Amino acid sequence: MSDRPAPIDCDVHPVVPDIKALLPYLDDHWQEAVVRRGIEGLTTISYPTRNPLSFRQDWRDESGRTAMDAATLGRQALDPFGTRLAICNCLYGVQAQYSEDLGVAMSRALNDWIAREWLDRDPRLRASIVVPMQNAELAVDEINRCAADKRFVQVLLLVGSEVTLGRRQNWPIYAAAERHGLPVGIHAGSMYRHPMTPVGWPTTFTEEYVNQATAFQSQLTSLIAEGVFAKFPSLTVVLMESGVSWLPAWMWRLTKFWKGLRSEIPWVADPPSSIVRERVRLTLQPFDAPPDAASVMRLMEHVGSDEMLLFSTDYPHWQFDGTDALPAGLDASIARKIMAENPLRTYVRLNDRETTP
Amino acid sequence: MNVDVLNRSAAPIVSSTKMAIADCDIHPRPAGVGIGGVSKSLYPYLSQRWIEHVEAFGITYRQPWEKGAAYPKNQPQACRRDAFLPDGGSPGSDLRFMAQQHLDPNNVALGILNPLTSGQGATNPGLSAAIAHATNEWQKAEWTSQEPRLRGSVVIPYEDAAASVKEIEARADDREFSQVLLLSRTAEPLGQRRYWPIYEAAAAADLAVGIHAFGNGGWPNTAGGWGSYYIEEMVGHSASQQALLTSMILEGVFEAIPKLRVVLVEGGLAWAAALGWRLDRQWRKLKQEVPGLKRAPSEYIRTNVWFTTQPIEEPEPRMHLAEAIDWIGWDRVLFATDYPHWDFDDPAHALPFRMTEAQRRGVFMENARRVYRGSIEIAG
Repeated sequence: MSDRPAPIDCDVHPVVPDIKALLPYLDDHWQEAVVRRGIEGLTTISYPTRNPLSFRQDWRDESGRTAMDAATLGRQALDPFGTRLAICNCLYGVQAQYSEDLGVAMSRALNDWIAREWLDRDPRLRASIVVPMQNAELAVDEINRCAADKRFVQVLLLVGSEVTLGRRQNWPIYAAAERHGLPVGIHAGSMYRHPMTPVGWPTTFTEEYVNQATAFQSQLTSLIAEGVFAKFPSLTVVLMESGVSWLPAWMWRLTKFWKGLRSEIPWVADPPSSIVRERVRLTLQPFDAPPDAASVMRLMEHVGSDEMLLFSTDYPHWQFDGTDALPAGLDASIARKIMAENPLRTYVRLNDRETTP
Repeated sequence: MNVDVLNRSAAPIVSSTKMAIADCDIHPRPAGVGIGGVSKSLYPYLSQRWIEHVEAFGITYRQPWEKGAAYPKNQPQACRRDAFLPDGGSPGSDLRFMAQQHLDPNNVALGILNPLTSGQGATNPGLSAAIAHATNEWQKAEWTSQEPRLRGSVVIPYEDAAASVKEIEARADDREFSQVLLLSRTAEPLGQRRYWPIYEAAAAADLAVGIHAFGNGGWPNTAGGWGSYYIEEMVGHSASQQALLTSMILEGVFEAIPKLRVVLVEGGLAWAAALGWRLDRQWRKLKQEVPGLKRAPSEYIRTNVWFTTQPIEEPEPRMHLAEAIDWIGWDRVLFATDYPHWDFDDPAHALPFRMTEAQRRGVFMENARRVYRGSIEIAG
C-alpha cells in the first residue's frame, strides 16, 4: 500500500473487557447497582464473544478476545496498515437496556472510559459519542457533554432502533450533531426492541447478520422519507459495517417510488439517489463484494460516486485476512480517495490541527 | 405509473408487445360490496358457518384498521384510475374488462392470477382457511375456467401448514392452477420448519411457490420499528423478500426440497446479486452454524428462485439494470405488470435497454413456461 496515503480507519471497535472496567466512571449509585444487582455485562448478541465474526482468529488472545486496550489495538489494527487516525466505535450494549436511566449512566461511563483509556493513550485515536438511544433529549445531553472534547468526531447510533431513525422524535439528536459539526454514524447492532428482519426473529447468527443490511436499507429510507436531510442541510450520515453492495439496487427502487409517491413526502424535493450520493457515506468493511474484480468496478459505477466510501478495517471483527482490507478490483484513484480524502471530508474534526498529530 | 415526472434517458426502446407475453402478476378481485372485509362474491363458496362469522365479526389482520390497508395507498384500492369499471366497480373484478384493457392490447398469452386480500394472515386461522378455499373456488369458477390465457394461484392460509397442504393437495391435479401463493410478511421467516410441509406439497404437485409482497405478520416492517409512510412500506418490500429468501436458503429448504421453485413477486430483483455476495461471504466464515447447506448460498438463488420484474428498478442509465440482471442470470427473470395496480409496468416500456432475442423471449415468455406447470401449451 506504499503508493497510497496513510489510511484513516473509520471503524474500529474497542472492547470493554468487563463491566468492572466502567465502575470508576459510574457514580456511587450506579456502581452499587452494578455490583448488588449482579449486572453481568452488556455484550450483546450482535457480536457474541465466541462467534467467528466477532474476533478474527489470529487477533484473539487466551480469553478468546482482543482489542481490550489501546496498545493492543495500535499494534494489531493501526501499525500494520500505517494508519494515521482511527475512529473508535464502542459497541457495548448500553442502548439495549430497557431503562433509560441505566442507558444514560452507562453511556456517560462508556464515553469517559473511551476518553481516558483510549484517546488519552494513543494520539491516533478518535471516537464516536455513544448516546442513550432510549430518549432523544437525554441523548442530546450526552452529545453536548462530550462534544467539547474535539477527539469525539461523530454521534453513534445503532441500526436496530426502537422507532425508525427518521421519525421526528429523533430530530433533536440530528440538530445537536449538526450544531457541533458531527456526522451521525449508524452502526450494525440493535436495541433489540424488534427482530432484525421485518418478518420475525431469525434462528441463526448468520441470518441475523446478513439481515443487518436490510435494516440499513430501511433506516436510510426512513431518514430520507421523513425529511431529515432537508431539515438538517449540513448533516452527514455514515453507515458503518452496513455492507456496501446493496446500495445501488435500494437506491434505484426508492428513487423510482419517489417519482410515483413524492406527493406523500413533498419535502423530499431531490431524487433520493442524489441525496444519498451527497449526504451519505459508508465504511468499507464488509464490502460484500462480487467475486470478480470487473464486477467490483461495475458496482462502483452503479454506486455512482467515488466520494462515498470510507476506509475501515472493522477491527477486531473478522471481515478479511491479512491486510487485504480493500476489495480486489478497485482502481487506484478510488482507493486513494477511500483511504484518506473521503474520511477527511466527512469528518470535519479530523482536520483539526489542535488535536491531530 | 399514473404519474410520470421525469424524461428518461435516451435508450433504444424495443417494443415487446408484438410478441405474446407472459404476465406473472395479475390481480383479480371479487366484485361487489364487502361485508367486514369479505366480498359477497365469495359467499357462494363459503359455508354458512363462516358467512355468519363474517357478518358478525368481519375479518381482522395484525394491523389497525377495520377497512383498508395498514398504510393509506396513494390511489383508491392502489389501482389505476382507468382500471375501474364503467359502473365504478373495483379494478380487476371483471374478466371481460380486464381482457379488453390488458390481456388483448398487451398480447398477454399467459397470465398468472394472484388474488390478494384473500384472508391470508388473518388473525382467525379457521377463517383464513375458509376464505382461501373460497377464493380458489371463485378463481376457478369465474376466471380460469372462463379464460384459457389465465392460470390461477392456490391461495393458502400459510400460517397453518396442515390446512395449506390440504388446499394444495385438492388442486394438485387441476392444471388451471400453476402456483401456490403466499404473502411475504409472515409470522415467522419463511425458511422455518413450520412452513416446510407447504413447500413439500407444492413440489410434489409440481407447483411453483409464489411469494408476493405484503401481508401482516405482526412484526414491525423494519428492524427499527414501523415506518411512517406508504413509500417506506413499498420500498421495504424488497427488504422483506431479502429476509425471507435468506431464511429459506440458510434453513436448508432448497437442500431438503431441491425441486422447489420459488417466485418472488413484486419485491424487485436488482438486490439479488448483492444478497448472494453477502450471503456467500458470511457463509464462508460461519458455515459451521448452517451445516445443512451443501453449496454456496448464492447457488440456490441460481437454481431455485425466480423474480418478477414489476416494479422494475429504474437506474440512470437504465443499462445498469441489465448489468444487474447479468449477475443473477436472465433465466431468473419473469415479466409482470401488476395489473390493475397504480404502479403497473407497461411491457412496451418497462425494460428500455438492448436485449438479445433470447433474453427478451426468456423474460417475456420462455422463463415463465419453465416455472409454471400447465403453461407449456400456451402459444407464444
